[in-house]
Amino acid sequence: MRPRTMYEKIWEAHLVHEAPGQPALIYIDRHLIHEGTSPQAFAGLKATGRKVRRPDLTFAVMDHSVPTKNRDLPILDADAAAQFEALARNCRETGVQLFDMHSRNQGIVHIIGPELGITQPGQTIVCGDSHTSTHGAFGTLAFGIGTSEVEHVLATQCLSQFRSKTMHVLVHGKRPRGVTAKDLILAMIGRMGIAGGMGHVIEYGGEAIRALSMEGRMTVCNMSIEAGARAGMVAPDETTFAYMEDRPFVPRGKEFQQAVARWKAIDSDPEAKFDATVELDAAAIAPQVTWGTNPGMVSDVTGKVPDPASFLDPDEQKAAVRALEYMGLKPGTRLVDIPLDRVFIGSCTNSRLEDLRAAARVLAGKKIARSLKEALVVPGSRMVKAAAEKEGLDRIFTDAGFEWRDAGCSMCIGMNPDVLPSGERCASTSNRNFEGRQGKGGRTHLVSPIMAAAAALAGHFVDIREWDVDGAE
Amino acid sequence: MQPFSNHTGLVMPLDRVNVDTDQMIPKQFCKLLTREGYGRLLFFDWRYVDGEKPNPDFVLNWPRYQGASILLTRANFGCGSSREHAPWGVLDYGFRVLIGPSFADIFYNNCFKNGILPVTLPEAQVDDLFRRAEQHLGYRLSADLPNQTIADELGLQITFHIDPFRKQILLKGLDDIGMTLGHEAEITSFEKRHQPSATMYDPVDFSTPGPTK
Repeated sequence: MRPRTMYEKIWEAHLVHEAPGQPALIYIDRHLIHEGTSPQAFAGLKATGRKVRRPDLTFAVMDHSVPTKNRDLPILDADAAAQFEALARNCRETGVQLFDMHSRNQGIVHIIGPELGITQPGQTIVCGDSHTSTHGAFGTLAFGIGTSEVEHVLATQCLSQFRSKTMHVLVHGKRPRGVTAKDLILAMIGRMGIAGGMGHVIEYGGEAIRALSMEGRMTVCNMSIEAGARAGMVAPDETTFAYMEDRPFVPRGKEFQQAVARWKAIDSDPEAKFDATVELDAAAIAPQVTWGTNPGMVSDVTGKVPDPASFLDPDEQKAAVRALEYMGLKPGTRLVDIPLDRVFIGSCTNSRLEDLRAAARVLAGKKIARSLKEALVVPGSRMVKAAAEKEGLDRIFTDAGFEWRDAGCSMCIGMNPDVLPSGERCASTSNRNFEGRQGKGGRTHLVSPIMAAAAALAGHFVDIREWDVDGAE
Repeated sequence: MQPFSNHTGLVMPLDRVNVDTDQMIPKQFCKLLTREGYGRLLFFDWRYVDGEKPNPDFVLNWPRYQGASILLTRANFGCGSSREHAPWGVLDYGFRVLIGPSFADIFYNNCFKNGILPVTLPEAQVDDLFRRAEQHLGYRLSADLPNQTIADELGLQITFHIDPFRKQILLKGLDDIGMTLGHEAEITSFEKRHQPSATMYDPVDFSTPGPTK
């Protein structure tokens, strides 16, 4: 048989219908939905008299607009309240399983899928959210879709898709101390640009990827979309299987062993061909800080805000001029000299237990800079929150001056009350530094959790490698 | 979905690369429950200052581009969030055709679900269209989907490539859910062969009881 990539194997195993010159119909194993992009899809079903085909394979959660404090009080934002009501009603009427904001399993959709074992190797997973690529860390084909496609999957449990091209990203060598999964992916995006992965599904490999925990692999796959790729994947291995065991939706005993045997077979064949290959040396990667208004506008922490004139492409030059104006930065400013107003640790990129532990190690026994207006920690799920509290991480954060909040997307997207005010500058562990992303006029710098924690202590960015802390995982 | 065949209209050039969907429809408007009414909100943060006062510096507000229905874009238009609110806003504002060197994958897909024609052309041809749109007041283009051409009133004619299947979807305004349901037998047979299921081994805290069979 022709050697195949992991993407091709999963694709072919899910083909329902294929005809020349047409998109294929592929079966969807898990459909995750949330309050933000599903109401119009349910309304469409209702208008056409169609039913949800497989409510048992559909999981709903409230995450985008949920408040992260005082959740027991009435929701004052009428639009958000209407979203929650619509999702609860739609789930009740169609039999879709819902984690509402009071469930002890509530959290960001891309955190709870893996955490509950809903996400499993070899599956196809879609969600009306571009960061669905996160689930690819388990060797699943997972990607974001629009609301019309959400409606399509609700009605048919299938998706009409053209086959993507494949890209192999190999990260060789060992990560230096202080360099995290977040830095690997930011460095990759900086190298290939935010459209570098367009039309492709990325498979990550190499020693530095293999050495990552599942949490780290999720961080990498999460931001594949920021490189323009449709999805990111990592082949399942012993790290994956150890993570999976005993999670609520994962089979037990002999059944688990049989599943592991199946999961092992989905790795790309050694001779499989990719449409493109990109190689990076982990040892050469430094902690990353974004300076502009997309994730590709990124530099080593030791660097300076670039001079727009240094870009060769005229469109990029114009974009850099605009970005610096929006960000309120001058070319030549050292990144470590940029003062901060707020720090946000959270989002589907970096709010898992490992992220919180790493940040807490940096913060332990210290206080955040007085110049900061606010420092927030928003655990990715209520289970992460509970586990962190059991370890006493909440106390470390609050003793340092952070606010310890309830789970949700929060200030990554600012659909709830956690909004970055105009003109203020935030070190954020999230995934997008687009204009207005965290709040209109807000200025976002993307960093790893340990870089965010260190920046909170100093009040400006610092090179975490120069600190004598064991925060590097 | 309204079909798309031919369209002639005023061209507005948006000279920015990597325009993300957060810029098209900011997050606060992704809390609405409808598919309609987003035109007024399109490019909200660029378009308005101090609430909803038009920003005279933003091209969409320039008198010469009022009534534009064809949008010229730069590379990687529509990157970022999967929100379909972005193409809903584009369409509701009145744009039926987008022309640029490249479009982000999810946004590109979403256009075809909403009767918007995204035309991909080589960078040099897009540059030329930008020059023409900026030089000639009232610059109009005609998009002819059956013949896959873009033409202006000055004699320019460009052929573009589009996937034949997607072309048919737009021309006929097809409901692709209906088409997929036409494969019901194959879906059922896939489910019989593969038995997709999500078995729960340890209880989790669902707020709704889940499917009743």
